[in-house]
Amino acid sequence: MNTTLEFALLANATSLPWTAIPAWPAADFVLATATELNRGARLCAWFGVPESAGTCLVAVLAFDADNTLAVGRSQPFTGAYPALTTIHPQAHLFEREVWEQHGLKPEGHPWLKPVRRANETGNAPANGEFFRVEGGEVHEVAVGPVHAGIIEPGHFRFQCAGEEVLHLEIALGYQHRGVEEALTGGPHLATMCQMETVAGDTTIAHATAHATILEALAGTEAPLRAQWLRAVALELERLANHTGDMGALAGDVAFLPTLSACGKIRGDFLNLTALICGNRFGRGLVRPGGCGRDLESERATQLNERLKSALADTQQALAWFWDAASVRARFELTGTVSHRQANEIGLVGPAARACGLVRDVRYDHPAGWHRFAQAPVAVWPGGDVFARAKVRALEIERSGEYLREQMAAPAEGELRSELAPPAPGTLAVALVEGWRGEVCHVALTNAAGRFRRYKIIDPSFHNWMGLALALRGTAISDFPICNKSFNLSYCGFDL
Amino acid sequence: MFETLRQSLKIGVVTTSYPDTPAEVSRRARGKPEIDWANWRDARPAAAVCPTGAIECRDEAGTLAATRTATLDLGKCIFCGLCADVDPAIRMTPQCELAARSRQGLRHTAQYALNDNGTHQRLLATPPAAASAEALAAAGRELQTRIQSLLGRSLHIREVDAGSCNGCEVEIHGLNSPVYDLERFGIHFVASPRHADMLLVTGPVTRNMELALRKTYAATPDPRLVVAVGACGCSGGIFGVNYATRGAVDAVIPVDVYIPGCPPNPHALLHGILLAIGRLSPYASSPTAAPKSGRALFQNPAPPQD
Repeated sequence: MNTTLEFALLANATSLPWTAIPAWPAADFVLATATELNRGARLCAWFGVPESAGTCLVAVLAFDADNTLAVGRSQPFTGAYPALTTIHPQAHLFEREVWEQHGLKPEGHPWLKPVRRANETGNAPANGEFFRVEGGEVHEVAVGPVHAGIIEPGHFRFQCAGEEVLHLEIALGYQHRGVEEALTGGPHLATMCQMETVAGDTTIAHATAHATILEALAGTEAPLRAQWLRAVALELERLANHTGDMGALAGDVAFLPTLSACGKIRGDFLNLTALICGNRFGRGLVRPGGCGRDLESERATQLNERLKSALADTQQALAWFWDAASVRARFELTGTVSHRQANEIGLVGPAARACGLVRDVRYDHPAGWHRFAQAPVAVWPGGDVFARAKVRALEIERSGEYLREQMAAPAEGELRSELAPPAPGTLAVALVEGWRGEVCHVALTNAAGRFRRYKIIDPSFHNWMGLALALRGTAISDFPICNKSFNLSYCGFDL
Repeated sequence: MFETLRQSLKIGVVTTSYPDTPAEVSRRARGKPEIDWANWRDARPAAAVCPTGAIECRDEAGTLAATRTATLDLGKCIFCGLCADVDPAIRMTPQCELAARSRQGLRHTAQYALNDNGTHQRLLATPPAAASAEALAAAGRELQTRIQSLLGRSLHIREVDAGSCNGCEVEIHGLNSPVYDLERFGIHFVASPRHADMLLVTGPVTRNMELALRKTYAATPDPRLVVAVGACGCSGGIFGVNYATRGAVDAVIPVDVYIPGCPPNPHALLHGILLAIGRLSPYASSPTAAPKSGRALFQNPAPPQD
């Protein structure tokens, strides 16, 4: 192994030339990545870039404690390479994805099967092979893709002994819309709008990540006023979704007062985003080089007032919820993921923080407005449904506090600046802490400055395995509250 | 527990009185783009920035004079407002009740005489959407009679996400919240297509969901209604048709009502669902008719809210 090579370091929301990224032979690259992961790095992205006759593997790592990112790649190759998953399970889905997209086979991968199964033959993703538990008392339960509730499609295959779930395997891909493929050769006319719908409930986070990528490729950043407005909208998005989730959790344990109240309050938060930009999800707000709409002082005052009452309503609805022993009893020790498991599979966002992992892009890798104003990381040990609910409740409080502070001290000035065209042959990385966790966008431009490869990693990509582990040893009837406590994105995963 | 009850009772009724009263939508909300058809001078700038091709223009060299056909397709529109940013003849309005009983009912077209410099002038013809309103009304009456004789006043809906971004689902969830309270109309979401009268389908229909959608449709007992939700459900939206998606819902199963929007807000959804079951006058969806308020909207009085 060439010991002189080291991963290239960069900060969040910056770029570096493709030629500055060290390239190892494939097997050495896997070893080098494993060494960095052993040192405490976290795998943010692992994807293929077609080059000459083969494919380069690219790894983006995060050193959270050092607030830095690292990038390395392999030399182009075809065929097989030693799997990283055997040493670091957090790579398992990434390696399956690379195998599906580029045909590079991770030798030794314990469960190599397609991730989305692009459907050429009318074959649904659920028609593949599933891990099966054999035994006289064992039965299999198949759920989806069309579920009983108003949710996105996915397939869940449970192996059960009576009530107890021995194993859950999740087959997704039903929402695959060809998002990454549509970006090749871009940015196109529709690109910014498509980025707002990667996961429609995470519009601000994905749009901010994409705009940040274009700004990093242009070697600049958005004006402060736009950074401030994006940070405000990001917290409103978190508040709306966390409040909705708390309501849904209450609904799943038949605690209706909080369900009803949160249903209304979520709408109130969505309307606050609409007050800023005319759309309840923040469509049209974030634009490359800044923001598309501004918040004048008159509406800012209105926003402050409505925010205050919505936050007070939320606190009251949550107080009902925590006061009820019947709610707490249902949540405690249900669907537990251990701290160690969370670390090994690379959980992010509230799901990770509910296992006691201090992990938050706003704090660890601040970019944009978060360099000047950070929210404390809300952590709770335990890893059960209770902890995931608790972390959300804490984040609702923190986000509310953060918004109060930021609304009191807005950044002034230009809202949008002209962007230079993207630099050619450059790789840019943007991480944003969306309400589900780390949204990661990585772009590589070609010689003409167009996207040669654009990789999107929604936090759900890291976290679905967490749900599968949470179900082990749990009664199958607890699946709904476990699922709600993660509330992961199907379309963000399927792309 | 008593304290919880006391506090929640104190909140009172938060349910909107829509559709008895007009939708309370913020003036800034971006809904339908309104084009000043008579004074529109050039469709090209707006068409050039439209990310979904909702605004299109087609020029033809006629025998006497060159003509231009300009189209605004609300089924493709995502209400982004980029057209209004570049064209003073276009204005974004908060109007969200846009559902129609046919895909054609969402297309607005005008013909112009084309100038040599590429701009256009002189409106030649606006095939008025009102012209089809009579046909729509007839179709609506027929459907309404059929549905009401079979279903009475209750309706069971099965929601199918066939490839959406979850934006539409968030708004559909909103219908179940106390603010919109769909159940006051006797309308319920059910867990199985076997129990459903209506499929509420969001899209774009991905190739991976096509089979599931067909099976769900087959499992829904006749008579069944299908409502396509959102720009993606109506037309394929921002993703259109590609190797992974089939685009519009009606590319896969027959559709009765189209609800535009990206995503349509709960008012727009409620309007579309009520339109589908003939609880609203079809004229309410006609783009030329101003939204009316009051009970006149109803052909049947609303059930009492108690």
